[in-house]
Amino acid sequence: MLFRSADMTAPGMLWGVMLRSPHAHARIVKIDASRAEALPGVHSVVTRADFPEESGGNDDVLDHCIAGDKALYDGHGIAAVAAASRNLARRAAKLIEVEYEILPHVTDVDAAIAPGAPIIRPGLRTSGDTDAADADTNIAAKHEFGHGDVDAGFAQADVIVERSFTTGASHQGYIEPHACLATLNADGQGDIWCCTQGHFAVRNSCAAIMGMDASQLRVTASEIGGGFGGKTTVFIEPIALALSRKSGRPVKIVMDREDVFRASGPTSSSSIDVKIGATKDGKIVAADATLRYQGGAYPGSPVEMGSMSAFACYDLPNVRTVGYDVLCNRPKQAAYRAPGAPMAAFAVESVIDDLARELGMDVLDFRIQNAARDGTQSSYGPKYDQIGLLPTLEAAKAHPHWSAPIAEGEGRGIACGFWFNFGGETCVSLNINADGTVGLSVGTPDIGGSRASMCQMAAEELGIDYSAVRTIVADTSSLGYNDVTDGSRVTFASGLATIQAARDAIGRLCDRAAQIWGIEAEAVEWKDGAAHPAGSNAGKHDPLTLADIAAQGAETGGPIAGHCEINADGAGVSFGTHIADVKVDPGTGHTSITRYTVLQDAGKAVHPDYVEGQFQGGAVQGIGWALNEEYIYDDDGRLLNAGFLDYRIPVASDLPMIDTQILEIPNPGHPYGVRGVGETPIVPPLPTVANAIRDAMGIRMGHAPMSPPRILAALKEA
Amino acid sequence: MIEVGLWGSLRPFAGGAATVTLEAATIRDLLAALVADYPGTEPYLKTGIAVSIDGVVYQNSPGQPIPEGAEVYLLPRLRGG
Repeated sequence: MLFRSADMTAPGMLWGVMLRSPHAHARIVKIDASRAEALPGVHSVVTRADFPEESGGNDDVLDHCIAGDKALYDGHGIAAVAAASRNLARRAAKLIEVEYEILPHVTDVDAAIAPGAPIIRPGLRTSGDTDAADADTNIAAKHEFGHGDVDAGFAQADVIVERSFTTGASHQGYIEPHACLATLNADGQGDIWCCTQGHFAVRNSCAAIMGMDASQLRVTASEIGGGFGGKTTVFIEPIALALSRKSGRPVKIVMDREDVFRASGPTSSSSIDVKIGATKDGKIVAADATLRYQGGAYPGSPVEMGSMSAFACYDLPNVRTVGYDVLCNRPKQAAYRAPGAPMAAFAVESVIDDLARELGMDVLDFRIQNAARDGTQSSYGPKYDQIGLLPTLEAAKAHPHWSAPIAEGEGRGIACGFWFNFGGETCVSLNINADGTVGLSVGTPDIGGSRASMCQMAAEELGIDYSAVRTIVADTSSLGYNDVTDGSRVTFASGLATIQAARDAIGRLCDRAAQIWGIEAEAVEWKDGAAHPAGSNAGKHDPLTLADIAAQGAETGGPIAGHCEINADGAGVSFGTHIADVKVDPGTGHTSITRYTVLQDAGKAVHPDYVEGQFQGGAVQGIGWALNEEYIYDDDGRLLNAGFLDYRIPVASDLPMIDTQILEIPNPGHPYGVRGVGETPIVPPLPTVANAIRDAMGIRMGHAPMSPPRILAALKEA
Repeated sequence: MIEVGLWGSLRPFAGGAATVTLEAATIRDLLAALVADYPGTEPYLKTGIAVSIDGVVYQNSPGQPIPEGAEVYLLPRLRGG
């Protein structure tokens, strides 16, 4: 049965509702919940005082869920109510009286680092900046990467292009709001059902926050209606647990859309300066960028990832990136597909395009000439192994889209993107059933069709039909720890573990066959889904299929299973190239995408339809960010567009079919060559669209999203 | 001896050097030797680190052997969405 957390019910269940701050920055002077508690049907009210002071290293996670002494952003949770109905809980929440002392606020990343900016966390010092003054600041960290001598490189350049860019904060825009049902009984045992990308992480965070042993809290991941990185942490789960503990009843919380926008994690907004120099024959000799990302009111923006990925597509003798992690009065950012990379790509790929034009070179040939290749030292350090950037560029050049005539009044853009990918802690269990079918338990929630890929890989190894395998996402009490489904890691890491678990099971199947035949296990080999005697010395025996051996499992030693527990390393990096045609209406500033093509290296596409879906989904989300999506705050620091009417994501009628081309340059770190594919496709769209607008209208957009008012303003300035 | 590349944020703690030379057979040895020689790097290692050995990035594998002559880089711990 498939279930959604929002649909879960339990006997005696209560509804939980949060009261949220209407202020961007305010000291909480007093909370009086007595009128709410007195309302018939209200069972519990919690504030931060109901949580242990020690949170096991989860202070910021807890503080983002429910404020301590200060509200740090519009929408910050202040208190929560559990009542017999959702409406009653809402009424009760309104009866909670909160006295605030309003403080100065800042929501813009550049304003937050300007002299005299309101300080969000007094006492904060800049990590990684040995030159920083010993004074309060909103800069949490400085990161620096690169190699060579940038100044010497620029001295060799014949042409230098230098520009500044900003990007708005976009939300992951998952259709399913956060939802959970939690119980925490008097015996100290608890359960959570929730929509998440990582139920083991939910368990660990919640157990630490609530002062519980991990073994006493079981978390079950429901089907997920989109995550894209935004469901890699907790927002409501500790609150539901606290309400349940206080009331003695199961408590369900379902965020409404306004809560999702105001109080879950969007991505960072950013401000970026880029300078790139090249010789007149088209060789880039130096590249430099300074990136400032705000990550909300807590340290941890993905600026180091943006800094590392900014120039990753190019072979550069001299390169430097400096990143600053900045605090603002906004919700704590959460990961969003290739966190940090799309903003950096927007800035760098825009300058690359302009540099090619300044040199009088074709924008695609210029990229090919300077593209990172096998053995190139990456801009963030290591040399690349076998990589697929050049093949995507060459495929783009050969693609019919690139050679098609550009329609009258339209423009065409191209841009590249990179993502790291990684593996991580992974545990799977593969059980051979007596009827010859297979149950595979994984611990990584399926957010992109991964269960189908696991079934394929298990079937491939075992030599049985795909339909004989069923993969489930097991709860946290049924399997060893698994890292979150993120970093484009699941088909790589859970796939690797599945393959190894299947090979483990094959070893046991061969043991059983040896028992049945009365020969040594070493004299049995597995091929084509059956055990065979290996060589003439093993004697003559008819092959035993998996089903034959499974049927005799009870008589040969009991259940047959394979297991794998790994820390999966060897994830291969990923590159993609996108092409877009756009038409800009000069009267309204509206940009239409008329044709779009994604070319990306998948290593090995285990399930090509799902790979294509990832390519298309990433492109669409990137197009939304490029053209419309951003958080808009008023002068009081209140979010103005906390809903899908005012925060507009693309719908099917806005877009053409997103064409795809899957390239397969095998990752040497995986038996089948698999690379993660889920994040890279959101990296190129921002600059691809920007470059197409530049081609169509002759304007270089310095801010994403390139929304109609901004296009009109740029046209007016041109 | 292993030549280890440092990302820019670690370099101030190694006198500005982009690479340092350490005696290490495994990632565990490498990190211990780094902290012993350059104590200012310790806070970074505690917040999470990745080690690239010949282009393969390891995030939680302290026992991973480091072959002689391998290309080794220290990186911030990778994050994803």
